[in-house]
Amino acid sequence: MSETKPAASTMPQYPKFTPEMKTTHTILIPQMAPIHFHMIAAAMRQEGYRIEVLENGGPEVAQEGLKYVHNDTCYPALLVIGQFIDALKSGKYDLNTTALMITQTGGGCRASNYIHLLRKALVKAGFPQVPVASLNFSGLEKDSGFKYTVPLIRKAIAAVFYGDELMSLSNQLRPYENNKGETDALVLKWQEALSAEFENGGGVSKKDMKRNFNAIADDFAKIPVTKVPKVKVGVVGEIYVKYSPLGNSHLEDFLASEDCEVNMPGLMGFIQYCIVNGSENIKLYGGSKAVQKIYEVVMDFTTVREKLMIEAIAKHPNLHAPTLFDEVRKMADGFIGYGAKMGEGWLLTAEMVELVKSGYGNIVCAQPFGCLPNHVVGKGMISKIRAVYPEANITPIDYDPSATKVNQENRIKLMIAVAKEKLDGNKAATVAMPQLSAPPKAEIKLGNL
Amino acid sequence: MRIGLDIGSTTIKCVVLNDENQIVHTTYERHYSHITEKAAELLADLEEKYGEEEFLVAISGSAGMGLAEGCGVPFVQEVFATRVAASALQPDADVIIELGGEDAKILFLSDGVEVRMNGSCAGGTGAFIDQMATLLKITPTELNEKAKQQEKIYTIASRCGVFAKTDVQPLLNQGARIEDVSASILYSVVNQTVAGLAQGRHIGGKVLYLGGPLTFMSELRAAFNKVLKTEGILPENSLYFVSIGAALYSDDATTFTLPELRDKIAAGGGKGSFDHTAPLFATKKEYTEFLHRHEKASVPVGRLEGFEGRAHLGIDAGSTTVKTVLISEDGELLNTTYQPNSGNPVPLVKQAILKMYEACPGMTLASVTTTGYGEQLCKEAFNADYSLVETMAHFAAAKHFQPDVDFIIDIGGQDMKCFKIADGAISDIFLNEACSSGCGSFLQTFAEALGRDVRDFAKLGLFGDAPVELGSRCTVFMNSSVKQAQKDGASIENISAGLAISVVKNALYKVIRASSPSELGHNVVVQGGTFYNDAVLRAFEKEMGMEVIRPSIAGLMGAFGAALYGRKRAKNAQKSTALNKQELENLTHDVQTVNCNLCTNHCSLTINKFSGNRKFISGNRCDRPITHRGAENPLNIYDYKQQLLDSYAPVPGPRGKIGIPMGLNFFETLPFWHTFFTRLGFEVVCSPHSTRELYFKGQATIPSDTVCYPAKLMHGHIKVLTEMEGIDTIFYPCMSYNIDEGMSDNHFNCPVVAYYPEVLKSSCAELEGKTFIYDYVGIHRPKDFVKKFTKILEKYFTGITQKQVQQATDAAFAEYDAYLEKIREKGAEIMRQARAEGRQIIVLAGRPYHLDNEVNHGIDKLITSQGAAVISEDAISHLMDKAPTTVLNQWTYHARLYAAARYIANKPDMNLVQLVSFGCGLDAVTTDEVRETLHREGKLYTQIKIDEIANLGAVNIRLRSLFSALEQEDSAPKQEDAV
Repeated sequence: MSETKPAASTMPQYPKFTPEMKTTHTILIPQMAPIHFHMIAAAMRQEGYRIEVLENGGPEVAQEGLKYVHNDTCYPALLVIGQFIDALKSGKYDLNTTALMITQTGGGCRASNYIHLLRKALVKAGFPQVPVASLNFSGLEKDSGFKYTVPLIRKAIAAVFYGDELMSLSNQLRPYENNKGETDALVLKWQEALSAEFENGGGVSKKDMKRNFNAIADDFAKIPVTKVPKVKVGVVGEIYVKYSPLGNSHLEDFLASEDCEVNMPGLMGFIQYCIVNGSENIKLYGGSKAVQKIYEVVMDFTTVREKLMIEAIAKHPNLHAPTLFDEVRKMADGFIGYGAKMGEGWLLTAEMVELVKSGYGNIVCAQPFGCLPNHVVGKGMISKIRAVYPEANITPIDYDPSATKVNQENRIKLMIAVAKEKLDGNKAATVAMPQLSAPPKAEIKLGNL
Repeated sequence: MRIGLDIGSTTIKCVVLNDENQIVHTTYERHYSHITEKAAELLADLEEKYGEEEFLVAISGSAGMGLAEGCGVPFVQEVFATRVAASALQPDADVIIELGGEDAKILFLSDGVEVRMNGSCAGGTGAFIDQMATLLKITPTELNEKAKQQEKIYTIASRCGVFAKTDVQPLLNQGARIEDVSASILYSVVNQTVAGLAQGRHIGGKVLYLGGPLTFMSELRAAFNKVLKTEGILPENSLYFVSIGAALYSDDATTFTLPELRDKIAAGGGKGSFDHTAPLFATKKEYTEFLHRHEKASVPVGRLEGFEGRAHLGIDAGSTTVKTVLISEDGELLNTTYQPNSGNPVPLVKQAILKMYEACPGMTLASVTTTGYGEQLCKEAFNADYSLVETMAHFAAAKHFQPDVDFIIDIGGQDMKCFKIADGAISDIFLNEACSSGCGSFLQTFAEALGRDVRDFAKLGLFGDAPVELGSRCTVFMNSSVKQAQKDGASIENISAGLAISVVKNALYKVIRASSPSELGHNVVVQGGTFYNDAVLRAFEKEMGMEVIRPSIAGLMGAFGAALYGRKRAKNAQKSTALNKQELENLTHDVQTVNCNLCTNHCSLTINKFSGNRKFISGNRCDRPITHRGAENPLNIYDYKQQLLDSYAPVPGPRGKIGIPMGLNFFETLPFWHTFFTRLGFEVVCSPHSTRELYFKGQATIPSDTVCYPAKLMHGHIKVLTEMEGIDTIFYPCMSYNIDEGMSDNHFNCPVVAYYPEVLKSSCAELEGKTFIYDYVGIHRPKDFVKKFTKILEKYFTGITQKQVQQATDAAFAEYDAYLEKIREKGAEIMRQARAEGRQIIVLAGRPYHLDNEVNHGIDKLITSQGAAVISEDAISHLMDKAPTTVLNQWTYHARLYAAARYIANKPDMNLVQLVSFGCGLDAVTTDEVRETLHREGKLYTQIKIDEIANLGAVNIRLRSLFSALEQEDSAPKQEDAV
């Protein structure tokens, strides 16, 4: 039928990440979640890859992104691509032996296209020789030389769990620690210890994980703290701006400086959400029962380990254990359907409900400006959540290369002010204000309005 | 005693309370971003009054945030402060609406306290009114006065200030009354606030109005009252609620004396740091060389007084300025005028021409050519000889300075226009979309706000040592970035330089999407009034690392090009048809506005009548009000598709009515679902065609102000459906997947199309008590669909068997296929006929729901009125096989786009215009891909970004530029156009 077809040669060709590059190339990966990526990178290195997690930041990163990516593209893509190009331009890397790695979710959102936008950007920026590998579990980019071996996947999963435990514990203890810096020192200690254990082939079996989960919880429980009432803030959002300090203008630091305790639901939840969606899809639209079974088996595999982690924390009455993923999942019920699976999908809604229920009802919903799924699962659900839980105090914050920090922080401060008031009891209502007498004529010096 | 300081984005307010909490002192002043100084001044005044007394102090306001932190004074968030003050002063208030310089806030106080601030994309309220007033050349107070005499309200886009401005400017240019425009501006502020902040909550009960704009503008309050159907109250001290709240909440142990406070503020303020880039000029020498180089591009100037001979006049009635250029037959510049367009260009041009007539009675006016936004208006007004689209005028002028020009960038007040030139013809056109507009005039407005002349302001930027990084999204964002930088102590020099760089970056990276000089060309000419600004010029050269030509008459190039065009067209002995001196003196101009009722668009027509029975109608989308032709154009597939969809009328059935909100996916799947449910015995009733009124009906339940307009319209459709008689069931399924047409790697819907029913369910209270069927369905797996959907129907109805569903499904798919086939056949027929008649064929490509007249604003008709045929992407996409793309091809509708782009590749009479809805994130991916596909084949790419914006002036220029470029392509080998 086709009358014309462009010759294949007119399509730009991109270099592939070949198996040989494993030994010749250094792979740069963007920093997405500081605690987790430290250990994931260690696991990759042990598999023989030369990995470097990028830490470059500053205004140049967003500027490079704006220069080489369509400016209406979502902020995470702008930043990640900007960060890569900024790194490649820095002169620190031999361009002929450097490769990049980027995640690809495979969902109906723009995120699956980041890798293609990155490749286009590399050509425009004059780095056409730099290959890009895809980090995905959806079967995209099958010809990549980056192989997900069973040991690597097991280590990565363990690293995510450990990362979640460390993140959860450090977040709930750091604001109250008696000796400043003690919590972070402990995080660092465990990151190193766990990476070392991976190196020796340990730390990934169920038995090892149980032991480590317990030891970590025990260790953190010993940190001397003084519990004073603080505003408890939950953070949900698009996965990158939720976790990456570069993406969310160091949101965690800002909340800490405002004397808040932060609860960031774990990264494993997102992975489990992706697994559940696999089987949910078959349930909704039909498909292979056998495949559905596989998803369920994988889910069981993670749930068993998740329970071990939760039990380890729950043993300590002074620690707050995360809610089991399967329970979180159920909390979406009545708010949003499980078919909403693009971006963070129903999970984001469920996490907001979970946070409200577990005492973190002050919520920052962090999203890239114009994030499509978040119109639905974030902003779109807030009024419904508030209808059921009137105490929910949720503020959606847009992140964008041009959004000013003042604007963002002012909105977060409003959320915190409302929270603080609840914490202190309704102070405003107690202020005695006599009927005001007629004020003196205001001295209004008007240039304009 | 207590002091509350409220430092907002524009003003500083101070309240002193005595020990009985009585207000004893208030001040309200503009701070012009000199926050530390103003605060210190203010405290010095208080010191005279209160000496060494101890105070409890708190600071509030967006600009107070950094200051409070820096100087260790307690900070109270301003919305919160408002609440504190309200509970003390107006305890029975239900809702507070507070508008400030940059922020809009709504506080719900009864039935669950809730406080809301506008999102980042709706910034600028007071600042917006200021800007609009500047645009109208009046003060905000005058704007309010004028609004009192309004006769009609124009719809002005309310998404944000930039969008509104793109609507206001053309209204002015069409001669709309200032009174009406003033009132319309205030209504747009109201709609923006309501649409952005109500989010489903009812605004009623005792409503308080607070903040500067609402305090000073009675008509703004009146507009709120009207839209909200309420009688809001402007309480005493409406300016001071924030400062009162801050004072009341300053319940901290620490007290300050005034001198202490002043010292703290002086020490703590303005110490922030800001992101900055390299200076524009490192040395004075660099600057001198730069100046010297640019002096070369100039035109010989002749003397107007006493000139005798033939002369050609070019009139460029631009969006913000009106320019005229008079040249002699030899190309000497005899006279130029450059005036701000204070709305109506006619009197300005009249005066300019009269002066020319007076200065040289011996002149023979050989031709008059008009261009720019007001080209048609001026052509009619003065009975000019020619008119040409401004892109062509600019090209003609640029060629005069650089015959080998291969790239032109024009940054005017409102618009940016860039074009690539290959083989003597325009090969690509880039015009900014709404978000990037107004950059040029922003520089001017900003300079004026600082009390500076725009030229002086530009000069300051040249030697800023650390230009501020201000972002490039839009002027609203820039404006707030500037304010933040000022608070962080950035100097005016560095702000000026930063603004120049931002404007350039916006042009390069947003409009042109170029990242290296090689993507532009070798001989670049920059023009437009904005390039008089040496800082902008320098920023451009630095950013791209190349030298460019800026003609000495950079701001007059449109008019100059028009004059050159007239000179070329005019025959040797020709005398212009334009009005002579006497006719000109007697010229009358009468303006009327009426609503055209020839179709559902109800365009607001502005009818300009001139002496001599000349008439010019503007505001129309099609030519019906002018030609009074029939409604249907056989060469417009959009008309045809709409008729097809309309033919799916309700068929009464035993199972009663089922309502369908006619938007988004239903523009594709209606034939399917209509057949399906009709077969099962339902009467399928669709909501009516989208209109502006329908949108307003639903706007209060929209939770996200940055979602696309087609999605926003769904709120109106739901509202209308729930009000329709006998509809208790509404069907709108969630669909992650669309039909797999085999042209892509996956077949998703976009996240908004897929899941918008979830938003409606969660936000639209009117759905309560109705059966809203919004289950997840997958028509991409027909077999499973039958089983799954039978189960879904069981939840809501009894007695529908799987067999019935199977039969209904078979019929539904058959109908859907037939529907697609009809579109394809019609497409083929239109192409045949167009070719037989030698017409251009435009593929107006977007998504199925761009068929919605309220979404596409009648752009299809605009195209056919210019003589071209219009088909849609789904009429031709099936003619292509799946082919590789450089992006992940995973959305059904987008795959059609890519296929359509490839289809037209080798067809000289076909071109593609892509419609893109504002906020469509996926189109950030698809537009680049479609553009690249077309460019590989040497095709022009035209993108039109649409939103709720109703004015088609810019779209018209885009389309006319496209057609002129095509015509020119046809005639290029003959080199007729060489000027």
